[in-house]
Amino acid sequence: MSAAAEERSARAPWALTAPALMLFVGVLLIPLAMTVMLSFHDWGQYKGIEPVFILKNWHEIATDPYYAEMFWRTFRIAILTTFLTAVLGAPEAYILNRMSGRWKSFFLLIILGPLLISVVARTLGWALLFGGNNGLVNKLLMSLGAIRSPIPFMFTETGMVIALAHVMMPFMVLSVWAALQRLDPQIENAAMSLGASPATIIRRIIMPQIMPGVLSGAIIVFSLSASAFATPAIIGGRRLKVAATLAYDEFLNTLNWPLGAAVATLLLVALVLIVVGSNSLIERRYAEVFR
Amino acid sequence: MAYLELDRVAKQFGAQTVVDDFSLSVGKGEFISFLGPSGCGKTTTLQMIAGFLDPTRGAIRLEGKDLTAIHPAKRGLGIVFQSYALFPHMTAAENVAFGLEMRNVPRNERAERVRAALAMVGLAGYEDRHPRRMSGGQQQRVALARALVIKPSVLLLDEPLSNLDAKLREEMQIELRQIQRTIGTTTILVTHDQNEAMSLSDRIVVMSQGKIEQIGTPQETYEKPASAFVSQFLGKTNDFAGTIDRTVAPTQLVAGSWRAPAPAGLGGPVTVSVRPERIGFGDTGLSAKIIARIFQGNHWLFQCDSECGPAIVIRQNDGQAQPAEGDAVRLTWRPEDMSVRARADA
Repeated sequence: MSAAAEERSARAPWALTAPALMLFVGVLLIPLAMTVMLSFHDWGQYKGIEPVFILKNWHEIATDPYYAEMFWRTFRIAILTTFLTAVLGAPEAYILNRMSGRWKSFFLLIILGPLLISVVARTLGWALLFGGNNGLVNKLLMSLGAIRSPIPFMFTETGMVIALAHVMMPFMVLSVWAALQRLDPQIENAAMSLGASPATIIRRIIMPQIMPGVLSGAIIVFSLSASAFATPAIIGGRRLKVAATLAYDEFLNTLNWPLGAAVATLLLVALVLIVVGSNSLIERRYAEVFR
Repeated sequence: MAYLELDRVAKQFGAQTVVDDFSLSVGKGEFISFLGPSGCGKTTTLQMIAGFLDPTRGAIRLEGKDLTAIHPAKRGLGIVFQSYALFPHMTAAENVAFGLEMRNVPRNERAERVRAALAMVGLAGYEDRHPRRMSGGQQQRVALARALVIKPSVLLLDEPLSNLDAKLREEMQIELRQIQRTIGTTTILVTHDQNEAMSLSDRIVVMSQGKIEQIGTPQETYEKPASAFVSQFLGKTNDFAGTIDRTVAPTQLVAGSWRAPAPAGLGGPVTVSVRPERIGFGDTGLSAKIIARIFQGNHWLFQCDSECGPAIVIRQNDGQAQPAEGDAVRLTWRPEDMSVRARADA
């Protein structure tokens, strides 16, 4: 091959990926960089945004316990949601995987169905079910005798976690489902023939093998829950803010764009660090299962 | 008394009968193969012995005790699966140790037995490897060690060699046979490979469409096939249409211009089966023309067009001159080399 041809073939991948690359840079990297820059700008009630470089917003976030509380709440809700989806979603996927053909596709549709409906519509549905002290859920629980006085769901973290867990469940189920597909169909019989009880089979054979699926599902659910907007906005309202709703309010209610940008940037950086960190941890821990 | 006994076992899935009227006595230490094409019910039968499926009818007994009443986890059988079904998150040693752990074998003894089992299958030094980092043959050995380390009453092998390449398969066959001889475990092998069944087993159970076609030693099933299916399935064979002629005394078996004294107990139209390597070229016999002569190293393969239809002849390459393509020949064989069955279609 001549030097010119070699050079041309070296350029070809760049040329071929250029359209997608430009889109990526144009709609993701540039706005992101602008947001980061914005977070260092100044803002005042009467002077608006001033394009200067100051650390005022970052200083405020770092020192005012209001923001710390907000971020702790965000991650607390995300962790609880992740935990709930893992505890319910993993067995759900396992049971689903054991069902026979027709039932399997029917229940898969039920689990994935919510993905086809807008998050806002689904969350409003939960708001109707929770609906204050006389909500359907409270009435049901009280008539069953499970609780004596109504549980406040609306505008509480409990309500937010439940609604978010429902919204996020398909991601967990799909992720565990994918891990289950990699399982040898005879593996449970193999363990049984060696004398393992059903509980032992689940604990010693199935769980370790679907754990990577649970964990990658957990990463998806965690990052989506931590940055979720619609569900916290509807269930939590203006009273119980999380990072995403806080950034929204700074942008659109207070009009303090630089502060909102700082909140958004911090959320992004924290999420990226958590996701990348846990991902590499998982990959190292489960190297043999992933291979 | 039979060690493992299957008594008129049948399995139905809905209206479909997959295994029907399966009766077999296996002696202690015997190596039995279930041989048949896919869908003949051999794996289903194995799974009923293992306990993964319950028979619809019939009984399975081990040393006189009803095996179907025992939970699969308590049967104490060793099973090697076609896919090996190793636990990918455990090392080879952990895989082998699993069955011992379930039996609460103390740690020291467990380590000792795991080491011995891995050494027996030629995997000493591979204790800490994970299955995905081992070759197919090595995984197969781990699976075998895992099944044998629990000292099973019966070893069940479900097409264990079918995922290996031809050369490795042959090696594993020899090794499997040696291991089985050494430890004397009663073994049942499911296979669709007639060579595997013949080279490994004491007895072969030939199955077709859920039914037993024949039970016999490899030699019996090969040389005295009980049905057309068996003779076709086990190696190449020539089927010639013949008749028993009762108008002459003594009665004669006639196939084209080949004739011999008729075997007792048969009359009318019959099928004469002869293995290709038992046919020779002679001065009398079935007249035929050689269509193709194929050299295959240690033997010659002749495709002939005989007066009773196409025929295959295999002759040892013993340095003798062989007929050429287009030659007219006479095919002949000794009466003891053929098997004669009443012809169903007549």
